[in-house]
Amino acid sequence: MAEIVIKNLRKDFGDFTAVRESTFTIGDGEFFMLLGPSGCGKTTTLRMIAGLELPSSGAIYLDGEEISQKPPSERDIAFVFQMFALYPHMNVRRNISYPLISQGMPRARIKAKVAEVSTILGIEDILDRPVGGLSGGDRQRVALGRAIVREPKAFMMDEPLGALDAEFRERMAEELRALHDRMGATTVYVTHDQLEAMQMGDKIVVMNNAVVEQFGTPREIYDKPATMFVADFIGSPSMNFLPFEGSVAPGDRTVTLDGQTMPVPELRDGAKGRLAFGVRPENIALGDASAYRARVLATEYLGTTQIVTLDSPNGEIKARIGAGRTVRVGEAVGLDFRAETVTLFHEGTGRALRSALNEKASDG
Amino acid sequence: MAEVRLDNVCKSFGATRAVNGITMTIPDGAFVVLLGPTGAGKTTTLRLISGLEKPDEGGIHIAGRKVNDEMPAQRDVAMVFQQYSLYPHLSVRDNLAFPLRSPILKTPEDVIERKVRDIAELLQIPHKLDNKATELSGGEMQRVSIGRALVRDPSIYLMDEPLSSLDAKLRADLRVELKRIQSDLGATLLYVTHDQIEAMTMATHVGVLTNGRLAQFGTPREIYENPCSAYVATRLGLPRINLLPVGLFGEEAPAGAARIGLRPEHIVTGEGRQAQVTRVEHLGDQTRLHLVMADHHIVTLADPRALPSIGSVVRIRPRKPYFFDASGARVA
Repeated sequence: MAEIVIKNLRKDFGDFTAVRESTFTIGDGEFFMLLGPSGCGKTTTLRMIAGLELPSSGAIYLDGEEISQKPPSERDIAFVFQMFALYPHMNVRRNISYPLISQGMPRARIKAKVAEVSTILGIEDILDRPVGGLSGGDRQRVALGRAIVREPKAFMMDEPLGALDAEFRERMAEELRALHDRMGATTVYVTHDQLEAMQMGDKIVVMNNAVVEQFGTPREIYDKPATMFVADFIGSPSMNFLPFEGSVAPGDRTVTLDGQTMPVPELRDGAKGRLAFGVRPENIALGDASAYRARVLATEYLGTTQIVTLDSPNGEIKARIGAGRTVRVGEAVGLDFRAETVTLFHEGTGRALRSALNEKASDG
Repeated sequence: MAEVRLDNVCKSFGATRAVNGITMTIPDGAFVVLLGPTGAGKTTTLRLISGLEKPDEGGIHIAGRKVNDEMPAQRDVAMVFQQYSLYPHLSVRDNLAFPLRSPILKTPEDVIERKVRDIAELLQIPHKLDNKATELSGGEMQRVSIGRALVRDPSIYLMDEPLSSLDAKLRADLRVELKRIQSDLGATLLYVTHDQIEAMTMATHVGVLTNGRLAQFGTPREIYENPCSAYVATRLGLPRINLLPVGLFGEEAPAGAARIGLRPEHIVTGEGRQAQVTRVEHLGDQTRLHLVMADHHIVTLADPRALPSIGSVVRIRPRKPYFFDASGARVA
């Protein structure tokens, strides 16, 4: 399989820049997610790796070889489109063997390969069925089988689960990930669904407005967001931003919110003006001892946990707490923020201030 | 607003029993969510109440009045569909006013003006009233179509997956908003969805449907904490409940039990039987641990600050689990 290195990749369509100087590395065998809202450039990036678009500048290396100007057929990459794109008049076996037949592979070898792939996917029993009558899951497995059978160096997948309903998507996501773990094939996967990216990915690139906002493991991106965009896009509910006017200096370990001193991870950067105190919902606890007070606006029960919407001196915020605690709408509560998880942002630039928490985080 | 009661309602389409003997009371002022997968009979139930379908058997009562033979317009219900269907050539104001201008209602123009303004305030779109419907974002359009139902004061609001076509963030915002609006108005609302988060967060009562039958009806907490069957237990909770054969942990099981149901909160780690860690998922707000124990796949939650490594062995044991018999019915 393969390592893919993306260097200063750029794509312009006329006056419009779809991808701006992207640089990141997709490790051999990684399940790699390109994540972002629609129009951010993630699909264009994928299409450039596959060879369906040619970059305006920059380079793409596949196992050390520069491929950015090569036609798709010379790249040894399989592209899995929104699934269900099968040849309707062929049976399952023909659909899977088609790429090999068109390569001119001998019949006996094709037969062996189709058998092997169908075992991996658990579809041995349906090989002679027409694809028309298959369930959604089986159609999807067949589409995957057609990509796998070629044994390409890498797989490109463009929102393959986008059209499915939630429950089925959950199951297929698990199946895809398990398949990847068995085969170890480098996979680049485009999605706008942050949960899907967190759940399936080894690494995530978060893109916005043609720019790579951050690149890292799901945990790094969640715990140490480099920008307010990433902090807001990842997580549900997303990170709370408590805006405040202030001035901080390197070495500071506290900030002042509504007259209260709040500990934060030791700062490495200084900043002045409009800042935001960023804290994830699950890092807020309701404690009567705290002098930082808020009023409960709403509660949402989620079984193990509940989400409490609060009116704080710095605006509306959401906390995720255990479902066991009874919270009444209208109740006044104190809030404790888990200091070591707090990220401060400069509102003007949208960037996180460097601190003891995130100084080692890799980004774009 | 009014109470709505279904009494052994059945509806078939050809050989398919879409709704199979549903008996259920939607209390006045309640927010009832019908939860089930595609084909469970949720939408058919909604259409039976609205009068878009006629039941084969059973009675439908709105405010104590049997409405089986009434036309949709006579039933005094307001419906919101999954796809917003606004009049594209009309302004937001005229779209909202449209139901009130119906010849049956004969609402005076000043009352219409006031109601439209109130609803626009409630939905936080007063600045959009003079926009064409087509000039709105998806979230705004769906708010207008919900608003078009809310300007009326019907016996019950019926909503068929109104948030499912919206993106995740907007859906989360509108969930909170819709619940607030319902409780401010004291409205009776029947809401159909396959999204368990919507059911748990908005409902005063959840009805879990499967194959045209009502499997369980209760508050979200009752359904989550006290499911009557294995099926219902799988409907609520993320990660989904683990269903395993009885005896895997050498636990004492009640008579008749065939399967044990374990939610993450039913699993104690650090003691009990050995399981191997196969995968760790960092979802941010929760960290999921995938385990394998005697060929069975188990998913539980872990503290992200104290994670076992992949391939390592952890010990787990059940704590106050659920037990189900061979048919899936809860036995303890």
